[in-house]
Amino acid sequence: MNESTTTAVEGKENLEISAKLVPIYIMGKKYEVPESLTIMKAMEYSGYKYIRGCGCRGGICGACGTVYRLPGDYHIRVGLACQTVVVPNMYLTQIPFFPANRSVYNLEAISSDPEEVFKKYPELFRCVGCNACTKVCPMDVPVMDYIAAIKRGDFESAAELSFDCIQCGLCTSRCMGEMAQYHIAQMVRRIRGSKLVPRAQHLAIMVDNIKTGKFKAGLEELKSLDTAKLMETYSAREIEPPMAPEDWRPKENAYL
Amino acid sequence: MTISYYPGCTLKTKAKNLDDSGTASLTALGVDFKELSRWNCCGAVFSLADDDLLHLVAPVRDLVRVKEEGNTKVITACSMCYNTLARANMVMRDDEEKRYTINSFMEEEIDYNGEVDVFHYLTYLRDEIGWESLRKKVKKPLNNLKLAPYYGCTLVRPAEISIDQSLPKTIMQDFISALGAQPSFFPSSEECCSSYQIISNPNAALASSARILKSAVKRGADAIITSCPLCEYTLGKKQAAIVEKDPEVKKIPTFYFTQLLAVALGLEEDVCHFELNVPESRELLAKMNFV
Repeated sequence: MNESTTTAVEGKENLEISAKLVPIYIMGKKYEVPESLTIMKAMEYSGYKYIRGCGCRGGICGACGTVYRLPGDYHIRVGLACQTVVVPNMYLTQIPFFPANRSVYNLEAISSDPEEVFKKYPELFRCVGCNACTKVCPMDVPVMDYIAAIKRGDFESAAELSFDCIQCGLCTSRCMGEMAQYHIAQMVRRIRGSKLVPRAQHLAIMVDNIKTGKFKAGLEELKSLDTAKLMETYSAREIEPPMAPEDWRPKENAYL
Repeated sequence: MTISYYPGCTLKTKAKNLDDSGTASLTALGVDFKELSRWNCCGAVFSLADDDLLHLVAPVRDLVRVKEEGNTKVITACSMCYNTLARANMVMRDDEEKRYTINSFMEEEIDYNGEVDVFHYLTYLRDEIGWESLRKKVKKPLNNLKLAPYYGCTLVRPAEISIDQSLPKTIMQDFISALGAQPSFFPSSEECCSSYQIISNPNAALASSARILKSAVKRGADAIITSCPLCEYTLGKKQAAIVEKDPEVKKIPTFYFTQLLAVALGLEEDVCHFELNVPESRELLAKMNFV
């Protein structure tokens, strides 16, 4: 398999593929793919065309959760198809979507009481602590631990522990309690963000400044300039020098 | 040597009055303890199906956490957590086959072979501190307060994990005496409070709770003490409903035993969270000048 392979692409010139080819099994069928490809690219190389199950291609959107196994190992392995490089002889399938019910609630109308979450997601209490969710998380989120934290009303810990979740839903696919962990965590983070974390004072002051017209005169002045004058003003603006000390302040500070 | 403290989920939500008064009292008693930095629900109810190993996973995981933190003792104030942790521990100690199956299932954790001793708060007071030593630390003896010791089910059943192996049981009465109060034993002290039946069969539940309240009042108790959030709910918070259904029942304040411990140790009242009890509870203590 070390010799180069030549492939015809869409009638254009032949591309030389110098990478070594390795066998992988997509939904049970064997394909030979260049060893350096991600699972997603390997699937495309093998002829699959993505309509769903592919989003940002940057490891963030959670659309391409993939499970696979390697010969001789009973463990379920996981990865995001767009991030995980193929492994020779892997058996894989993507699970781009797993049904998960999301409760509807009016964030404005509910309190920060843990009961609000318990009422919307009573299945939370079906957790038996099996930890299958944590083991299957491609982002290494301690899912079981954040569920445990939610059960005891510790929204602070739950929000921290679930922060890296990209909502791929693989935890939900493995849960014996049949809950959609990531939707519960999202409700908790929303409650925490809107009701438990202290409001940023500087934001309120800034909004107030805008409303009372602190910047109105300056903006009107800019709007009245012609293009040449505007460019000149822009070029002459005061810029923080590189490596400026922490106490550096611009000379023009009317709007600070 | 540090001991691990396992609070349990309810103590962090509905029963903060059991958690905060209990931990503040441990500190006042000079106990070197630390809440587990990582823990999950104990499972609350021990499964009676002999081969239901799955429901042992949660409590065993908590015992693994104790071992991971390098400790050999764990203390909990909640009756149900005590029951579940102690029984899971017994299985891991005594049943080689189940121990192997559970450890293999939890291969991401270190193996657990029953290295940890599970203490209920009361057994810790008795065995590690001692009633005499507790008595000496009491700053505000609860003189003339007649307290009915309510054990309920999970502190004393099954016998293997009972917090008191003697007959009749005396541990709660000894605790009450150490605080300077007067134990008022009553025949229903080990009857079931009705537990989760309050959800599925409320009429029968209120009737069995009524029996316990009547029995305690008849023996002249001023209040009932418990260590179980579910018992406190069925006997305390549901009292209004019980009285409405059975006008012969007289209301009687309920406390977590740790609340009275904190009061007797002279701690700040805010650790007791009396606002989470029925109003009559604090009123009784105020009337007797304990708060």
